[in-house]
Amino acid sequence: MKLLTLNFLTCAIKACKSSPASFPLHPRDVELEIVESDINLPFLKNILPRLMWAELRTIAAELGLPELPETAPTRDHLVEGKEEAKEGEEVDEVPSQTARDLHRVLLETTVKEGKLVCGNCAHEYKVMEGVPNFLLPGHLV
Amino acid sequence: MSRPEDTLPPDLFYNDTESRKYTTSSRIQRIQSDMTHRALSLLSLASPSLILDIGCGSGLSGEILSQTPQYGTPGGPHVWIGLDISASMLGVALEKDVDGDLFLADAGQGVPFRPGTFDAAISISAIQWLCNAETSEDSPAGRLSRFFGGLYASLRRGGRAVCQFYPKNETQKKMVAQAAIKAGFGAGLLEDDEGTKNAKTYLVLTVGGGDLDGDITGVVRGMDSVHVMARPGAKAAKRGGDIVKGSRGWILKKKEQMERKGKVVKPSSKYTGRKRRVQF
Ligand SMILES: C[S@@+](CC[C@H](N)C(=O)[O-])C[C@H]1O[C@@H](n2cnc3c(N)ncnc32)[C@H](O)[C@@H]1O
Ligand SMILES: [Zn+2]
Repeated sequence: MKLLTLNFLTCAIKACKSSPASFPLHPRDVELEIVESDINLPFLKNILPRLMWAELRTIAAELGLPELPETAPTRDHLVEGKEEAKEGEEVDEVPSQTARDLHRVLLETTVKEGKLVCGNCAHEYKVMEGVPNFLLPGHLV
Repeated sequence: MSRPEDTLPPDLFYNDTESRKYTTSSRIQRIQSDMTHRALSLLSLASPSLILDIGCGSGLSGEILSQTPQYGTPGGPHVWIGLDISASMLGVALEKDVDGDLFLADAGQGVPFRPGTFDAAISISAIQWLCNAETSEDSPAGRLSRFFGGLYASLRRGGRAVCQFYPKNETQKKMVAQAAIKAGFGAGLLEDDEGTKNAKTYLVLTVGGGDLDGDITGVVRGMDSVHVMARPGAKAAKRGGDIVKGSRGWILKKKEQMERKGKVVKPSSKYTGRKRRVQF
């Protein structure tokens, strides 16, 4: 599971829906794996405003990853100084170092094994082979 | 032929043997791929998006979502997250090393993502399974309500979902669509090859707000096979007036009102107002 996904995932238990402590889920005893992929600049630009940056920093810290900047980059930060385009010419945008770092953290850094723990109810979701188990026993639905 | 939905719960039906059989059948691969492309055309995504795949199985749709436009995926490559209740199906997806993230989860228990997460959602041949959990603890109505409620919240404003499913009968089709509308979606029902044994039902859902594109009328404009629709956020429509509800006169008046509001209505014909199968 990508860290991107962790930035959108909440506890599934009904009673936790309204509690701010149910997001983000906290990784525990985690084995990370880097899975390389092609950078998708339009996707990064699309998703950037939807990220919860403070929570992403928290998670990165909990995982012992390099510290993320205090404030979120903007879309402009993701694009290398746009080359002088000729009149009416379409120029492919070049991802900046910031974009490549963000891609590394969000899309290439994955949780392979371990668990995700809710800060509100302490429920533990197991992750095996990168797949979190979100099946709940009936009484918690 | 009996429906698998009537024999076993999905996690037991899609065991290792069935999951492998399902994924290696070239006939199934072709049909699921065609339906995924159909659903994608209804989503009209213009750029790489974050997509939820409900009942993703072995990732047949996901593999298409991960493709670039050159390989036929509009707006791609998309990033997707798949949910499935069958560990065996997900096992096959893992073996194929699909690009999306996979969750072992029951859509009938809800959608565990924060509000406004996804640009779009897709579900191919899965949600009819939500209709047959009749246990002492749970009911199809409860499962459908948790699923559509969770899906609605997890989509961004102006987002869309397309769910192709195999309703058992008209009652079930209606129950599913009503549950979506109750959750707040604008909804349209599209039938391909209606009345044949290859009939395919697509529930097209929109979340209001955002750009005009989120309006169901934008999605179904120009399609003559969409039967009924509700505007996003328009829960039960207000009824009443002096004309007998359901009469031809009432329908014509309604059509006129809807046309004025810019909704898509089917052209009136000599059949207008006759009894026909209820769609919603
Ligand atoms: C016919 S398969 C379709 C798989 C995939 N969408 C495709 O087109 O190849 C139906 C899938 O729905 C899944 N499913 C059934 N009920 C479900 C539920 N309540 N929650 C999540 N997935 C479910 C099954 O496990 C199965 O993988
Ligand atoms: Zn919780």
